[in-house]
Amino acid sequence: MRVPFLAVLPWRSLLLAMVTLFGVAVVSFVLLRVVPGDPIAMMISPGASPEDIMRLRASYGLDRSIPVQFVIWLGHAVTGDFGTSISMRQDVMHLIAGRLPATTELTLLALVIALVLGIGTAVLSTLSRRKLVGAAIENGNGILLAVPDFVWALTFVVLFGVAWQILPISGRIDPRISTDFATNFVLFEGLLRLRPAVVGDVLAHMIMPAFALALPLAAVIMRVLKGALEAEGQQDYALLAKIRGRSKLRITLQETLRNALVPTLALTGVQFTFMFGGTVIVERIFSYPGIGNLAIDAVINRDLPLIQGLILVFGLIFILINLAVEASFAMLNPRLRHG
Amino acid sequence: MTTLLRDAIGMNIGTTRRDFLKLAGAGAVLAGFLRGGAAMAADTDTVTIAYNVNLPAFDPTVGPSAVNPTIQAIYRSIFDQYVGQKPDLSFEPGLLTEWGWNDDKTKVWMTVREGVTWHDDSKLTPEDVVWSLERAGDEKSGNPIQFVWSTIGNFTIDGQRIEADVKSFDPTLFKWMAFLTGYVMPKAYYEKVGAEGFEQKPIGTGPYMVDEFQSNGFLRLKAHKDYWGGKPAFETVIFKFVPDASSRVAEIESGGSDVTLQIPYEEYDRLTKGGRFSGTCEPVSDIGMIFINNVEPLLDKNVRLAACHAVDKQAIITRLLRGYGTPIDTLEAPGYAAYDPSIKVPHDPELARKLLADSGFSTDNPVKVTIQTTRGYMPKDYEMIQAIVGMWRKVGIEATIEVYEIAKHYELRAADQLAPFAFYNWGNAIGDPATSTGFAMFGPSPHSVWNTDDLDARIAPLWGEKDEEKRIEGWKAVDRYIAEEGYVLPILQYAQPIVFRKGLTVTANQSEALQPTLIAPDKA
Repeated sequence: MRVPFLAVLPWRSLLLAMVTLFGVAVVSFVLLRVVPGDPIAMMISPGASPEDIMRLRASYGLDRSIPVQFVIWLGHAVTGDFGTSISMRQDVMHLIAGRLPATTELTLLALVIALVLGIGTAVLSTLSRRKLVGAAIENGNGILLAVPDFVWALTFVVLFGVAWQILPISGRIDPRISTDFATNFVLFEGLLRLRPAVVGDVLAHMIMPAFALALPLAAVIMRVLKGALEAEGQQDYALLAKIRGRSKLRITLQETLRNALVPTLALTGVQFTFMFGGTVIVERIFSYPGIGNLAIDAVINRDLPLIQGLILVFGLIFILINLAVEASFAMLNPRLRHG
Repeated sequence: MTTLLRDAIGMNIGTTRRDFLKLAGAGAVLAGFLRGGAAMAADTDTVTIAYNVNLPAFDPTVGPSAVNPTIQAIYRSIFDQYVGQKPDLSFEPGLLTEWGWNDDKTKVWMTVREGVTWHDDSKLTPEDVVWSLERAGDEKSGNPIQFVWSTIGNFTIDGQRIEADVKSFDPTLFKWMAFLTGYVMPKAYYEKVGAEGFEQKPIGTGPYMVDEFQSNGFLRLKAHKDYWGGKPAFETVIFKFVPDASSRVAEIESGGSDVTLQIPYEEYDRLTKGGRFSGTCEPVSDIGMIFINNVEPLLDKNVRLAACHAVDKQAIITRLLRGYGTPIDTLEAPGYAAYDPSIKVPHDPELARKLLADSGFSTDNPVKVTIQTTRGYMPKDYEMIQAIVGMWRKVGIEATIEVYEIAKHYELRAADQLAPFAFYNWGNAIGDPATSTGFAMFGPSPHSVWNTDDLDARIAPLWGEKDEEKRIEGWKAVDRYIAEEGYVLPILQYAQPIVFRKGLTVTANQSEALQPTLIAPDKA
């Protein structure tokens, strides 16, 4: 029976999410203003007088107390105005909205790669009768788990960018290619507009960062799914199917995999949010113009409005993914439905 | 492998050696396709620069990015300055062909170049120049150098000649016209499109026009064919924003870029000695120095001078910076207007020990201080400070190193709360003593650290000195006094490593701006 999406939407979680987001806003706002690094001090011109400095501080609203600053900021934020970036002199949300598509495409590609690799190796490992293969997958999995994404990124740059020059190592698209697209979802729009040259070039730029992000997640998926598959394989329904003479492959693909995917999905959701965090360093290494790269620039420039906006967006992404996972859970498992 | 696959899917998929070769062939095709997307920088009409900073905003006259010296290379590609500057820091006609003060320095005059076109094909007019200067001098404009531009006003235009009243005399006015925020902006176009529209589609009179911009990604420029300075050497210039130094090295090694800069000196040597790349690593207008704060124990002149004489600057350059850099003894580097090679603060550990002994300190009873430094902000900054602390230890100064972020340095400096010693780098692309010794050492400046009346009394008269020769000599005397008193510890003038592919020529620019106009194909 088809389950309406609204019915499975975790309304209580939605409410909690809003409270969480408010908490993130408060904490980040206060922290940003008490940690070392005064943005005004970085902007003082050589001949500035104390009055000039005070005027500059006032123009950014930094001369008020933190609670007053927060109330003013919140008043604007609820209307969608998150301020103007100090370093880039553009609307914060406009800046983030311009970069989010690049990061979204990158992380979604990384997620697909992680799922394919993770599920594939987990199933392969479960089905393999050879100890050597199982050990190889297990050891390989250990390496993938131990090596962080930025190390993979640097390794790929050296291997496929410098030693064997087959992939571009920086940017999102060859600067010589003009896109003139309506959105910044260059990959998706390129597919819809049937522009193979754009799609091919964008994919070529995304492969290395996507794999760097995907490999650690693939290892986690593989480990959890393999354990879940083994546990499901011991359940009565699986043993019964085996007695009936069904092959291990059919039992796995048709019976146990669906059930084993439930805990894997939960974990993937959580890990996917971490992957968004991982984009900060990986995007920097590949000079990929997403929100991760933007975040580093914002921190270097002590661009408080931009940092605040980025933290909120990261928080929102985290919450939305978790809500989506909860809703998916409910759809997959009727016992967990709310209301 | 085949068995495993068969086992895995429960059927014979018939994987054979032939299938494997087919797969390998497909992989090769894919690799070829991907290589096509690898943005190889090979076109002779295009030069691709792996650049070390992102471009935050296009308007070169407002906001924090306007005073970022590194970004000036991009601004100078799109816009023109009032006054031009050669790679050796000397000045030349820009959009102004002549300029100067009247005899009693109460008026300035400028002649605007004729035959200059904006990127939208409209003509540059003297009204553009006056509007740009008035806008820059307006405190509401957000120009960080407004304090300079506001020193003139009441402009009048007569043909191509502009005159203005001097409200307060600033001897560096015309030098600033070749430096930060000294760009002429398009009055009519800016008023038509507004600030936001200008950021979306900026125009200037410079040698290159904006073709496409992807923030944090790249900036593609195309040649301005009607450029008054002649047709640019390349049809297309691409700035790829690659802030990570390792990635910039990989960029040029992979062939993704033709030119890159600001890479570790070790990588510079490796790349240029490998035969595939050429390079230049010349001194630039950026120095490494240690601020001395007027707090205990540095109120003792013997301790300050001992700290200065104990440092072997040449050894630091040779051992840590692979020989790239020039030792300095004042805040004026060679090439600056007030550079005086006769001012010396020699490495003399014996003298340092004696000075400390005179104040009751020795290696057994060392004077204890804190030194602050960044780590990784400038080449080998932390390592340099470690070496200096080692040198100090040998004469009787025991220093504790405190590492902080550069933003913290600015905050502490603005609040005058730096530690007794604090490492910093100081750029001065116009080479004037007012913008090096002046702003770094004059008490009322928000950037100074040593604040005492004796020094301020020597500096104060120089700000408004109208006799240029007397002014420069005055700053040299101040530099000598600072060296004798040990009010600051200058270390070295940095060298800027630039690596480029064979077939190109790059002229090093002492102002650090790697402008595309300084890059050209080799003459056959």
